[in-house]
Amino acid sequence: MPMSDKKVIMKVRNLTKEFKIRSKKLGEKPQILHALSDVSVDIYEGETLGIIGESGCGKSTFGKCLVQLHQATAGSVEYEGRQILGMKKDELKKIKRDIQMVFQDPFSSLDPRMTAGKLVEEPMVAHKIITDKKERSQRALELLKTVGLDVQHVHRYPHEFSGGQRQRINIARALALNPKLIVCDEPVSALDVSIQAQVLNLFNELQKEYNLTYVFISHDLSVIKHISDRIAIMYLGRIVELCDAESIYANPLHPYTKALLSAIPPESPFDKRERIVLSGEIPSPIGDQVGCPLAKRCGSCMERCKKEMPQLKDRGDGHQVACFLYE
Amino acid sequence: MSDNLLTVKNLKTYFFTASGVSKAVDGVSFALNKGETMGIVGESGSGKSVTASSIIRLLPKIGKIVEGEINFEGRQILDLNKKELLNFRGKDIAVIFQDPMTSLDPVFKIGSQMVEMICAHQDVSKEEARKMAVEALKKVGIPQPEKRMDSYPYELSGGMCQRVIIAMAVCCKPKMIIADEPTTALDVTVQAQVLELLQELQDEMDTSILLITHNLGVVWKMCDTVMVMYAGKTVEYARSERLYEKPLHPYTWGLLDSMPKLSDTVKGELKAIPGVPPDLRLTGQCCNFYNRCPYATEICSKEVPPLLEVEEGHFVACHRQNQQEKLVRGEVNANE
Repeated sequence: MPMSDKKVIMKVRNLTKEFKIRSKKLGEKPQILHALSDVSVDIYEGETLGIIGESGCGKSTFGKCLVQLHQATAGSVEYEGRQILGMKKDELKKIKRDIQMVFQDPFSSLDPRMTAGKLVEEPMVAHKIITDKKERSQRALELLKTVGLDVQHVHRYPHEFSGGQRQRINIARALALNPKLIVCDEPVSALDVSIQAQVLNLFNELQKEYNLTYVFISHDLSVIKHISDRIAIMYLGRIVELCDAESIYANPLHPYTKALLSAIPPESPFDKRERIVLSGEIPSPIGDQVGCPLAKRCGSCMERCKKEMPQLKDRGDGHQVACFLYE
Repeated sequence: MSDNLLTVKNLKTYFFTASGVSKAVDGVSFALNKGETMGIVGESGSGKSVTASSIIRLLPKIGKIVEGEINFEGRQILDLNKKELLNFRGKDIAVIFQDPMTSLDPVFKIGSQMVEMICAHQDVSKEEARKMAVEALKKVGIPQPEKRMDSYPYELSGGMCQRVIIAMAVCCKPKMIIADEPTTALDVTVQAQVLELLQELQDEMDTSILLITHNLGVVWKMCDTVMVMYAGKTVEYARSERLYEKPLHPYTWGLLDSMPKLSDTVKGELKAIPGVPPDLRLTGQCCNFYNRCPYATEICSKEVPPLLEVEEGHFVACHRQNQQEKLVRGEVNANE
């Protein structure tokens, strides 16, 4: 499917997020942590964009910048043609209805003192969508049914649910405002495999039914590959490779992607794959960077990599990669 | 190679809680050979970790081993007294826990924690112990081991902390290492490094490893034999190649099917196991998997299936997998 035919729902350009870290010494300048640097990506309507990377690579920061939970330092986020960074509060609130988020931890993301029904109603109250009480609880019940829960669950408190069920409540909450885009930040990583499969199937069903667009963040490549249409691989605050889900497995280009793929545990006891070893760990994102962020760990590092930063470039077939090897 | 190091027979560990008896481990049997790696897989709450803590008898007060036998090199672990136990833990069996950041004491330097551990188990002076600790840190691939001895745990990353814990575990040259989800808190690239380190150390010292994980991929990479647990019971136990090629228990099938695979080319529906695991206070009356199993028949709701050796070295606990009946994957209730 050529991506150019599809409508771009969200256009992210040069998104950058920096955190200031207060210095220990008095009077010293604060250090800067580059959580996100120069991320540009188009999100198409109805697709699932998977974001993958190791911890600390900025994938959650990216998700939070999209839903405006973090104020980006620089760059632009356009939603349906309108710039949402720096938008006025009341205008932004309208747009926030369309962009919802599902968080990682199903245990801490629900208020323990509210029943399932009230939890699902909460966003409708906050955005004053349905003002009639009866109608609202009716809608909450409908939503709970959509995500596979029942009438008997409406009056229960979060502690009475299992992890998978709680994540279903979270999804129902996100759906309450009829959003168009849902940012899912590691929604299944706290769940067991058998429950994880149920929730992944639910995500797929809901997408078909409501034509939702997902930005799906995870550190598990097999989950990402299963659910996504396109995958972006992040490393140290940058997207290093972006392509459709198939090519990531069939034709990975960036050395980091290759190493990541080879580090994944095998699918069978007979699957003896060659390991591409990345020595060491992710370097610190604090302070200024010179050169390719992977330069110190990369096996095919050249002189140029140490001095210049490779940019994300399209190779013609929609497969984007940020590496000098392919220039 | 087939010397048994550890044999566990029909182990039952119950937790006596205020709201009833929770059968955390309710009939687990397996044998671990010298120099081999056995994996225990299962979902959370299936009793994997409790099995491990039962082996080293490190249970909380409300937990009691009510039945069973644990035999380690001919010794009955359940009969050991306090002093013998202290010697047994750490020296014969070392444990690596899941969360590397919390299993080290944050207020002590790594060096002093290691020295303390070595002095507790071996008759050496502090200086010798320190040398041994540096040696061990070097072995697990920590750069500048002398310097790292004076670091606090928070100064190291998760992968590095896990290496320190592995170094502590191998210091006393244990005969067996219990690794309880050693890589769950780590990133994949670091996970691969840590697993390879464990394999190297195993080759070098001929240690047995009991690896607890919920990730089947880790099992395929590391283990010679696998035990699948569900709701406190062993449901299947076999060599890992065999379990992959010819799994027999419906739960194992479900587990294998519900994992998304990288090599899948079609973006289809995952075959999830419907329902949730049972309440451990109510198990033990029938097959625990009965309510989620598409192949369940009447007998499954009435009797507890025994763990049978269907073929050599391949044990399975299912009413429909035995001498009389051989259930085939995918054929739902063909006999009805």
